[in-house]
Amino acid sequence: MTDHSDIDKVSGTATTGHEWDGIKELNTPLPRWWIITFYLTIVWAIGYWIVYPAWPMLWSHTTGILHYSSRADVAVELANLEKIRGEKMLTLGAASLADIEKDPALLALARARGKAVFGDNCAPCHGSGAAGAKGYPNLNDDDWLWGGSLDQIKQTIEFGARSGHAKTHEGAMLAFGKDGMLKSEEIVTVANYVRSLSGLPTRQGYDPVAGRKIFAENCVSCHGEAGKGNQEFGAPNLTDKIWLYGSDEATVIETITNGRSGVMPAWTGRLDPSTIKAMAVYVHSLGGGQ
Amino acid sequence: MNLPMNQTVRPIDLEPDDGPLYVAQKKVYPQSVSGTFRRIKWGLMAFCLGVYYLLPFVRWNRGLDAPSQAVLVDLPNSRFYFFFIELWPQEVYYFTGLLIVAAITLFLMNSIGGRIWCGYLCPQTVWTDLFYAVERLVEGDRRERMKKDAARGTIKLQRFAEITLKHSIWLLIAWWTGGAWVLYFNDAPTLVKQLVTFQAPMPAYIWIMILTATTYLLAGFMREQVCVYMCPWPRIQAALTDEWALNVTYKYDRGEKRTSLKKAHDLRALGEHVGDCIDCYQCVAVCPTGIDIRDGAQLGCIQCGLCIDACDTVMKKVGRETRLIGYDNDINIQRRQAGKPEIYRIIRPRTIVYCAMIAAVGALMLYALLTRSLLDVNVLHDRNPVAVRLSDGSIRNAYTVRFLNKSGFDRVVTIDIDGPNNATVHIVGADSVTPDRPMIVLGRDQTTELRVLVTAPSEDNPEKSTPVKFRITDIGLGEAASATDNFVTP
Repeated sequence: MTDHSDIDKVSGTATTGHEWDGIKELNTPLPRWWIITFYLTIVWAIGYWIVYPAWPMLWSHTTGILHYSSRADVAVELANLEKIRGEKMLTLGAASLADIEKDPALLALARARGKAVFGDNCAPCHGSGAAGAKGYPNLNDDDWLWGGSLDQIKQTIEFGARSGHAKTHEGAMLAFGKDGMLKSEEIVTVANYVRSLSGLPTRQGYDPVAGRKIFAENCVSCHGEAGKGNQEFGAPNLTDKIWLYGSDEATVIETITNGRSGVMPAWTGRLDPSTIKAMAVYVHSLGGGQ
Repeated sequence: MNLPMNQTVRPIDLEPDDGPLYVAQKKVYPQSVSGTFRRIKWGLMAFCLGVYYLLPFVRWNRGLDAPSQAVLVDLPNSRFYFFFIELWPQEVYYFTGLLIVAAITLFLMNSIGGRIWCGYLCPQTVWTDLFYAVERLVEGDRRERMKKDAARGTIKLQRFAEITLKHSIWLLIAWWTGGAWVLYFNDAPTLVKQLVTFQAPMPAYIWIMILTATTYLLAGFMREQVCVYMCPWPRIQAALTDEWALNVTYKYDRGEKRTSLKKAHDLRALGEHVGDCIDCYQCVAVCPTGIDIRDGAQLGCIQCGLCIDACDTVMKKVGRETRLIGYDNDINIQRRQAGKPEIYRIIRPRTIVYCAMIAAVGALMLYALLTRSLLDVNVLHDRNPVAVRLSDGSIRNAYTVRFLNKSGFDRVVTIDIDGPNNATVHIVGADSVTPDRPMIVLGRDQTTELRVLVTAPSEDNPEKSTPVKFRITDIGLGEAASATDNFVTP
């Protein structure tokens, strides 16, 4: 293999005897410990096969004598996490909602827990940032159908709205058109009146006196004389800039004609009490809490 | 190979008939030596090891709750303490500066005096030197050790005791080395107490074991192999050196032709030229990497200067001028051969540039350190939703604001907002006595993260996006910090 007699004149080093266009490769030997280390890594690798899972088989794989599994590790980690979380959640369960919001550590915990649970349970309707969608309220703003205090938010989460739970919020927007309580011209008139309450333009030929009259006869029982709404019935404030279904005339007419009765499920029983507390604090802290 | 010494780069002891694929480590038996460079090396070894072993025990008062260790890497709390400096993880760029300065200092040392780092300061050299000293103390000097190793077949009880003693001392030093290392990561006196009562955390013991093993292996067995095969610096150094850099050099202009003392006398009588080198091999005997300096500059030479001491001793004895081996360079060898006087240039463009770079980076770091703010604020705008319209039509943006109080005391800060017109600020969870200008307490040496809501009337802010500046001011000290983001309309 090696031609020992072939010594490079400049360096005095033996060459491997290989030659490419007159260029010869010097044979600079490795230190022996290097080779030994290399063999040791091979031995180590074989040991690894024996101890740890290594070889894929047709339906499974070799498990090694330790039967190590990263999945089992994850299960243990998760169990530990649940334990730690459980202890922390106990402190949340014991504190009052107002106290949680005043204590920075508890607030951080409640917000972290609330955000995670919100993502799992609430985001499908309210959006991942709780910005809402048509028919699903934005929870960041200061407009609350059922009240924006900590206790009111908690109550809404627990029992929902029109959820069928015994303690749920009741009350719905009636279908004035469909059920024949108002004629379609009356609906158009009152729709324009409602739009005018928040300063929106009205259509030509609209009669404000008639509008006010229809409103007073049909709507004030829930929405109030001035149209400011009533959280008792989940009746929205009609004078503000926030519209759950939209503020254009067609949408308002549709709302009055067919009514609205969006559902918020009851979460009691599905989420444990301290998680619901965390959720209430989280929603309250989004910015609109009162 | 009868080429002149300065042109030959002979591979270490490679015989063509050696195994072609690998070479066995040739054991080096450095002889004891005394002289200037040996004294410098002892001094530096004592200094380096002293700093390494004792520094964790140096105390530094930082006040309440803060660690009192002068140098501490506090991993669980993500803090680095160095006397009066305390660094947070986001300030890791100081280490970048430190590494740049270290690298350029290495280059500067190289351009002035060759492998000063390798010969005197490198931990591999320092610990190997210490281990050789132990070996010499227990087993005797070079010749004795060689003789004892040669008689390996017939092991006597005394020899066995010697070997055991040597390895025990080595292991003790190695263990102490590993032990000192972990002390940099924990309060040293506490950890020492825990270690001796076996109550220290498991990682501490594991790290001590790992570092004991590496020290024992590297300084006791690998030795010069580390320099020759593992370390990249000899390769880089060879590429960085120039004709002015002083390196440990055999002055072949003076030394050749090597002639034994007796022969030299005879030849001189005949009027022939003989060199000062008497071919006594003392320079080879003392070399800790087992090379022959007379072969010229080479990878295996760590330039520790011990051959200078050995040669000087011999030269004095034979009544010749010392420093046949010394710090020298090719330029002067050529000048002497041409009969010109020697010149040495420490100050030259290269060293000036290196010094300027060190000064520049050092000054920049010092400036950054001195003007380092102990109060800082970061702002992160909510992504979803970016803006919220409120029932009265005004717009609200939410921000996650992180307040960093790097000082050792609590602070009370106020928050002001510049940018959106007629904006009001509210901090979630903070009931302020001054609602228009929120005031919060920042705990010492920690980060406080709060949700801050900025609300502004829509009609006053028609722009799609307005820059918003969060200014925080320490009401006691007047120290301020600010961060900028945007106020967005829906």
